[in-house]
Amino acid sequence: MGVEGVGVEGASMTRATSTTQAAPTLVGRMRPPPRAGGGNPIVEARGIHKHFGPLHILKGVDLVVAERELVFVIGPSGSGKSTLLRCLNRLEEPSGGSITVDGIDLLDRRTDVNRVRQRIGMVFQSFNLYPHMTALGNVALALRKVQGKTRAEAEARARAALDRVHLADRADHHPAQLSGGQQQRVAIARAIALEPRVMLFDEPTSALDPELVGGVLQVMRELREDGMTMVVVSHEMAFARAAADRVIFMADGRIVEQGPPAQVFGAPQQERTRAFLGQVERH
Amino acid sequence: MSGWDRFLDSFLNARVAWEYLPKIVEGFGVTVQLALCIILTGLAAGLGLAVLRALGLRPLNWLIVFTVDLFRALPPLVIIALLYFGLPAAGLSLSGFAAAWLALSLVLMAFAEEIFWAGITATPRGQWEAARSTGLSFAQTLGWVILPQAVRMVIPPLTNRTIAITKGTALASVVAVPEILGAAQAGVSFSFNPTPLTLGAVAYVVLFVPVVILGRWIETRFAWKR
Repeated sequence: MGVEGVGVEGASMTRATSTTQAAPTLVGRMRPPPRAGGGNPIVEARGIHKHFGPLHILKGVDLVVAERELVFVIGPSGSGKSTLLRCLNRLEEPSGGSITVDGIDLLDRRTDVNRVRQRIGMVFQSFNLYPHMTALGNVALALRKVQGKTRAEAEARARAALDRVHLADRADHHPAQLSGGQQQRVAIARAIALEPRVMLFDEPTSALDPELVGGVLQVMRELREDGMTMVVVSHEMAFARAAADRVIFMADGRIVEQGPPAQVFGAPQQERTRAFLGQVERH
Repeated sequence: MSGWDRFLDSFLNARVAWEYLPKIVEGFGVTVQLALCIILTGLAAGLGLAVLRALGLRPLNWLIVFTVDLFRALPPLVIIALLYFGLPAAGLSLSGFAAAWLALSLVLMAFAEEIFWAGITATPRGQWEAARSTGLSFAQTLGWVILPQAVRMVIPPLTNRTIAITKGTALASVVAVPEILGAAQAGVSFSFNPTPLTLGAVAYVVLFVPVVILGRWIETRFAWKR
């Protein structure tokens, strides 16, 4: 992966931010140039709007994620970052806009959403493991029921996935017998076992005790090294600085600013970003 | 004859007990059959309605809620009487056994639907989201992720309600079904002695104490590992 590519991309990003709230005709200019290392866009979300009754949560968000890119989304609570993430696998139905994942139009009525979702792994703040199944059962369920693998084949794949999150020895434990950090790693294994093209993380460490965060971040770091494309909504700023290719700052349903972490954290262009980062750092 | 002797003669009369024991045993068999039929159809229909309700189709849900509320509101005896004495007027006659089975199945269905539904809604939303995010369909999610948790959660109220409604099989005596109570009452009117009723009470205890214990066992068996 080219570090230079990130720099170029970041520069164009900053220029683009000022157009974020402008007319949709300028959207084309916002598209980041392909990264030196990969480039194919895996996720292409354009003009995403989301209304919840009278609330306008997303106000025309564009997000293009290139292959092997790790995009970090930060912002105050209620800024719409989780909603954006949940739109990317249609857990939330966008009110407007278009989303393409791995070349498939996600919002097309003819698209089999269950098939596309196998290509989009998702990890939740509250783990959401199935409490009535072992760790192995949790990981193997979709392999068997969605991908139609035999029990033996699914379990072999599930064990390999658990091994990747360093929990091979916990395969037969139920979620209640695992720590929060271990549960979250099982949840990551459940998602990566399906060999997704992109992984979405929705505040994966927010529900964890501080001493358990490290193990989860370590697994995410290893995923990145393996070339996984990732979109992460999180407040782990230190991790973002070290691992992210791009940081997106959202507020009030819009992308306010984006760029490489050094730039967004070190020299934020927008007043709103500075205010947010100031509050986060003071604390 | 002292009061005590009169009591013994009335309720624990060995001669009468011996004479009517076979009838009570037969009644026991009928009660078991009726109860098993009710549990089977009542729980299956209740689960079926709860699953249909989970589809979230408004008009269908109104119909389900109306049906369930109706059968929860009506006294079971009224339903049995309506089916047994009312249906023949419409050219459809049911045996006493069938009327009691259908009536109590409908009542159990109504209560079981509410209980299963409570379990489905009490299962955290995150379980749906996690399962759907891996590509499982609605039906697969319901079947493999939601129902196993929902059912475990509601086993205590479900066993309670099942036992309560199954005891309603005694109501079938009203429509001439020779189950335990029916057989006992017949014994009383032939012998002019209430001892068969004592036998009937013993029979109910023999039948339902194991059921209560079984319910408790199921509750512990299906609690998941912690």
